[in-house]
Amino acid sequence: MLRIDYLSIGGLPPLSFEVAPGQCLTIEGPSGSGKTRLLRAIADLDPAEGYVFLDGVERSEMSAPLWRRRVRFVSAEPAWWAATARAHFPPAAKLDRLIAALGLEHVNLDRPVAELSTGERQRLALVRALADDPPVLLLDEPTSALAATNAALASEFIKFQILAGRIVILVSHDAVQIERLATARLHLADLEWPRVPESAAA
Amino acid sequence: MMSVSLANTDLLWAALLLVLNGAISLALGLRLELNLAMVVLRMVVQVAAIGFILRFVFLQSSPLWTAAVALLMLLVAGYELAARQERRFRLWWTYGLGNATLLFASGLATLYAVTVVIAPSPWYAPRYLLPILGMVLGGTLTSISLVLQTLADGIGRERGAIEARIAQGGTRFEAFAPLLRRAMRTATTPLIHVISMAGMVTLPGMMTGQILAGADPIEAARYQIVLVFILAGAAGLGAFAAAFGGVLIISDRRHRVRLDRLAPFA
Repeated sequence: MLRIDYLSIGGLPPLSFEVAPGQCLTIEGPSGSGKTRLLRAIADLDPAEGYVFLDGVERSEMSAPLWRRRVRFVSAEPAWWAATARAHFPPAAKLDRLIAALGLEHVNLDRPVAELSTGERQRLALVRALADDPPVLLLDEPTSALAATNAALASEFIKFQILAGRIVILVSHDAVQIERLATARLHLADLEWPRVPESAAA
Repeated sequence: MMSVSLANTDLLWAALLLVLNGAISLALGLRLELNLAMVVLRMVVQVAAIGFILRFVFLQSSPLWTAAVALLMLLVAGYELAARQERRFRLWWTYGLGNATLLFASGLATLYAVTVVIAPSPWYAPRYLLPILGMVLGGTLTSISLVLQTLADGIGRERGAIEARIAQGGTRFEAFAPLLRRAMRTATTPLIHVISMAGMVTLPGMMTGQILAGADPIEAARYQIVLVFILAGAAGLGAFAAAFGGVLIISDRRHRVRLDRLAPFA
């Protein structure tokens, strides 16, 4: 269970919600409404007021690297720190099934990452994120750079991850994908600030 | 002394060569004559002032005066370090990190030189301590400056890759390792060139000065070698301290990249 308690993202009212294993919360909203910032704050990549619990343990109770090994943020524009894709995966990881499920069997993992297509890199970022089996996935527009068939393949892949019991928070602009994956939806543009009682405001 | 003492008229004779340069600039319309005159004047004032200050301090031979001048040198070096940065860490970070690493590396190397290696008596004799500190500061300043520049440029360009590694559960030092290595290499490379060229192409300034002032060339060479060792050691230490300090500043305890701590381009 991932619990967000009064998490403050600039410009938004404090957010509180829960996502259980096997559930997928989708986040929608116009550009600049704070979707990416919300995911980054949950992964503890940016400082943010408030609390985030995973199975009852707050993020500040464990080291940040340990937290991020469990709560995995996948950027909309994944970056690569080494030359080849293979260098980004744990050496002992069994990746065949992940790679096959995303239609990446043809990709040579020992080629320079820069020579792969944008779509291949985006799918490889999903492989990288799942290589060490984190319980929570924070996906920022994971299919934005994919052609229709591959996007559908990736959506099914995410669906499988949800069914397998992972906690997923998904930022997406794709109505079909949201319809297919969401067990709960959050629209950042619709949020209202909590009303202050008139007696207190005066 | 075998050396020839210089009178002020000798300085004027030497300046004649520069006047010649000014005339060439004027004749060819290079428009450098004014600039040249300014920097020459500035150089003369600076060097003469240093001469008088050093003579005064040497005469006092008091640890307090020596410490005061050393402190002043450190502050000027720290200011110079900050001024050299294109993209700066925020104010007190820059002065804090720059001065702290300068103080650490230069101070350590200089103290080591005067207490263990050269060991004049007393060890704080300004005739030894201040020139050594000056040379060490110059070298350390360059290497620290290069480290900070490489870090600041690199973090702007490679933020994505660094954060990707952090998002995968890497620590900040794992994520920054490639950039750290590059910064320290960039800072150390010129040092290696200077060391390898010394005595071959260029006769190092200090050795030249000693020989002109009448010292035995072998003795001058010994001093030069000792100083190159100390200078290189200090510059390397400074690069190391600045690189690790820099990473500690642009990331926080939760291993987050904190670009908000870097000031925008000035």
